[in-house]
Amino acid sequence: MITFIIRRLITAIFLLLVVSVITFAIFFLIPRLAGQNANELAAQYVGRNPTPAAIQQMVERLGLDQPLPVQYWHFLKGLVAGENYSAGPSVTYCPPPCFGYSFRSQLAVWPQMVSALPVTVSLALGAAILWLLGGVSIGVLSALRRGSIFDRFSMGVALAGVSLPIFFTGLISLELFSYKWPLFPNVEYVNIAVNPLLWARNLVLPWVTLAFLYAALYARLTRAGMLETMNEDYIRTARAKGLRERSVVVKHGLRAALTPILTIFGMDLGLLLGGAILTESTFSLPGLGQFTVLAIQNQDFPEIMGVVMLAAFFIVIANMLVDILYAAIDPRVRIS
Amino acid sequence: MTDPTNPLVMTDSVSLAPGPLLQVSDLRVQFATDDGVVKAVDGVSFNLERGRTLGIVGESGSGKSVTSMAIMGLHSGKNTTITGQIRLDGEDLVSASRERVRQLRGAKMAMIFQDPLTSMHPYYSVGHQIMEAYRVHNKVTKQVARKRAVDMLGRVGIPNPAVRVDDYPHQFSGGMRQRAMIAMALSCDPGLLIADEPTTALDVTVQAQILDLIVDLQDEFGSAVIIITHDLGVVAEISDQILVMYGGRAVEEGPATGVFGQPGHPYAWGLLGSMPRLDTGRVDRLKPIPGTPPSLINVPSGCPFHPRCGYRGEVGGDRCVTEVPLLREIAPAHLAACHLTSDQQSSIWARLSEPVSDLSETRAGSLLASSDPANEVQS
Repeated sequence: MITFIIRRLITAIFLLLVVSVITFAIFFLIPRLAGQNANELAAQYVGRNPTPAAIQQMVERLGLDQPLPVQYWHFLKGLVAGENYSAGPSVTYCPPPCFGYSFRSQLAVWPQMVSALPVTVSLALGAAILWLLGGVSIGVLSALRRGSIFDRFSMGVALAGVSLPIFFTGLISLELFSYKWPLFPNVEYVNIAVNPLLWARNLVLPWVTLAFLYAALYARLTRAGMLETMNEDYIRTARAKGLRERSVVVKHGLRAALTPILTIFGMDLGLLLGGAILTESTFSLPGLGQFTVLAIQNQDFPEIMGVVMLAAFFIVIANMLVDILYAAIDPRVRIS
Repeated sequence: MTDPTNPLVMTDSVSLAPGPLLQVSDLRVQFATDDGVVKAVDGVSFNLERGRTLGIVGESGSGKSVTSMAIMGLHSGKNTTITGQIRLDGEDLVSASRERVRQLRGAKMAMIFQDPLTSMHPYYSVGHQIMEAYRVHNKVTKQVARKRAVDMLGRVGIPNPAVRVDDYPHQFSGGMRQRAMIAMALSCDPGLLIADEPTTALDVTVQAQILDLIVDLQDEFGSAVIIITHDLGVVAEISDQILVMYGGRAVEEGPATGVFGQPGHPYAWGLLGSMPRLDTGRVDRLKPIPGTPPSLINVPSGCPFHPRCGYRGEVGGDRCVTEVPLLREIAPAHLAACHLTSDQQSSIWARLSEPVSDLSETRAGSLLASSDPANEVQS
């Protein structure tokens, strides 16, 4: 088991390296292939109508005149160990992980992302718990009562959940529960350390909106998985042993049906940034999703790079955790 | 006699009760489907004494597995109707509550299945699954249950059980898995063990070992055993009684010696004819029963076997098509449901069992007129 975890860790680190190469290539190699030279690249970092001297200074500061492998090395070094940026006589130290400085605000990218992170994590974790509990239990009940009114109704709602986009359900819920019947008025992010109650209350609508989409998906997946596993021979054995139906369903049926759901859960949690972008925009939450939208609108390359690396990091880590969890659940995975 | 607060206490006191351990009378199991009502079991009766073995034989779809699942109370679903009586130690299981049947399941009656790989949960260790079975019916600590699991694994012949108890099913071979299933089934010392095709999925060499094991443990535990199979070799080896099922009905039943030595039903002749034997001389070609098992929705009128029977002419008239033959005693304790007279039956069987190979060819020729090429390939 420990060797398995170590193996997965090494794979994860390797994957992150590959991601860093690809990200670097997108922002530094492709423009060059498209014919841009160091000065043109540097001009993007300086602002409108730059003087040649300013461009030259930026080229030196970012090391754009150096060979690509050396540039990549500096990029990687900045991520892992931090980097010194020299601008003329003054030297600024950018602590790791260093994604450089924003074009517009001239602030370091990483601290900005760190301050946006709690919002997104609050949103994502709350929604994930909601959709996992809600989706799986609805799926199990639907499978056990296949063809019943409950099954048809919940699968109908699930179909709606999968089909309706977040900005639609989000705006509808805002209109209904924030304006028409103000159960959750003035939805804005409040730090959990400041007022946990208000934090939770203001996040209810975003949580439900985001969870609705995923819960629908998970209910359908769980239902299909349960229908399959409940027909397995080992379920018959469990019943033949005289186990209570509850144990048969939960310990024997759900345990097996949960494995594929867990895989997808890991992926979804990593990919959640996509859902967060829409939800945060809809509810004006100052999280990573909104940070991303602004970065893209402003063509702020260092910020976009930071978001890309961070998103990749989350996906790789989530997948690694799922793999390890998988091995803990299914003994057959451990031996290979 | 029973203690209502703890239904499991009765195990010891009732085992002294007189009469057979298991009495099945007029059992009917029907499934409502979109195509109509499936009469999977249609009026089956038999008794089984403690320590004895009953072999239930028949093709796929003859109702043998459905019968055993009905005894275990494993038919769920609202589309299933079960009528008749199943008395285990005098207690009727058909009218008992689901909860009561659940308590008996695993404790007083246990079952092992055809495919030991898919019958065990892949995520739990073998020991865990045995402990689980033991702890449902016995309020003991994990340590005690674990010791029981190790004991049981040792008793069914798993080498080094104290270590293998923590193995997962995929780390066991097929034969070992079936041994573990037997250990699980016997962990609560049930009075009745039902083995549904216990050797079908196993290697031929392992099959005999598993059968020996079942026989040994039966002697040791004193349980009654029902063994369900389409393999006559299996039941011939270990059964005291045989029940031959066809189309959801019992067509022949009696002591194993009688059913194998002097079978009275053409279907039993067919089954015996489609099995290689060493004692009737060399036979060039096995004789399969022509046709396919009947639909259980539209069971053939009269004798359900009549469309496939080669001896209708000897009965005469259309009795086989119009009149359902009842089980009739053809020898002491040996019943068959066929319109042929006992004399006809014994003379036809005498002819069939003669160790002459040219006779078998003529019979094969008469039965297989249309499907010869296919059988050529098989033989």
